[in-house]
Amino acid sequence: MSLDISTKAIKPVRLTYDQVARRIGENKAGSRYQEATYDIQPTTNFHYRPLWDPRYEVFDTSRTAIVMQDWYAFHDPRQYYYGTYTMARAKQQEVAEKNFSFVEKRGLLDTAPHIVKQKVRDFLTPLRHVEWGANMNNCFITDTGYGTAITQVTMFNSIDRLGIAQYLTRLCLLVDENETTGIDKAKEDWLSRDIWQELRHVVEDIFVIEDWFETMVAQNIVMDGLIYPLIYDRLAGEMMHEGGSAIVMLTEFMNEWQQETVRWTNALVKVTAQESDANKDLLSQWVAHWSDRITEALKPISAEAFSGDGELFVQEVKQDLLERLSKQGLKV
Amino acid sequence: MMTDNVFLILQDNEDARPIVEAIEQDNQNAKVEYIPGLIRIESPGSLTVHRDSVSELIGRDWDIQELHLNLVSLSGNIDEDDDYIKLAWATK
Repeated sequence: MSLDISTKAIKPVRLTYDQVARRIGENKAGSRYQEATYDIQPTTNFHYRPLWDPRYEVFDTSRTAIVMQDWYAFHDPRQYYYGTYTMARAKQQEVAEKNFSFVEKRGLLDTAPHIVKQKVRDFLTPLRHVEWGANMNNCFITDTGYGTAITQVTMFNSIDRLGIAQYLTRLCLLVDENETTGIDKAKEDWLSRDIWQELRHVVEDIFVIEDWFETMVAQNIVMDGLIYPLIYDRLAGEMMHEGGSAIVMLTEFMNEWQQETVRWTNALVKVTAQESDANKDLLSQWVAHWSDRITEALKPISAEAFSGDGELFVQEVKQDLLERLSKQGLKV
Repeated sequence: MMTDNVFLILQDNEDARPIVEAIEQDNQNAKVEYIPGLIRIESPGSLTVHRDSVSELIGRDWDIQELHLNLVSLSGNIDEDDDYIKLAWATK
């Protein structure tokens, strides 16, 4: 008896969802990112306008002055959708947890000089409140923004900010050996110490911006683009030289997070500016306004935090930010 | 004389798709053939998989070694580096 083994290929009728196929073409399998992103948000058949703001539909492109032909032109270079995002963060969190337990086990902070510990209390811990503000702002963008390509990323971003605030809290608790004195003092500082007031003012002003794209620029592009390199790169670097290498280990997540997030914001700026001159002018104007305000707000903090010329560092990070943004096509 | 072909066969799955796309981008003469469960990529002379091209397509850093997870078979002499893997027949 002879057996005749043959293979039979069964071709799937469709390779992806219709809305994805309309964008990438038939006969092509969509990536998970594309399938989890393209045209997920409803665009029609809204029966009622939101009671809290009947000027607009539930999802409405006119909530921002930025005009886009296609709100799915934004491509996240990291291709984060729920699955990839959670996997990437889980991996990073494992590393961060290891760092925390290593620092604790070896008592690395016990050997850190007093001045470094005080800097953690004075300049890192109050940033918890900045992170909370960033969480609020990203929630706002997620709420009023248009298109899953943007709103899913800002939702992830807002969760990241809570995580970062928690790392800052744990760092302060570690420094104070689980006493909450440092954390309470930092809140006190945030509310009343001179050097923080201008920054708090900016954070609160960003809360009340109505145009979500401006919130995006002010928070995710300008404020983060200034604070992160200033604090987690330059200040943490200085603290390392003062004997606080543990601090660099425990804030490494923030550094990594910023470098990764910049890839997304760069792409966002580039695509939006390319769309039209009106968009480009608007973005440039927002960047100019907020970068001036935020650098002014950071100067008193920086002057206290750095042993050298703190204000110079602020100018430096501002210069870097503007250069980076002009490479994306902005006139700044 | 005819140029000898090199080939690379990958499993047909989600992970292999961006690799195939990167190969198509970087190797003008590569021919992709879908056989049940597998993807066979044949190219006259040589075939290169660039790390950067795949990384770009999947949105994260891709390690050349990850190729092995979906690799079924290949032919050609291998020149492997951190940034690329190249199949070609060594010239005598």
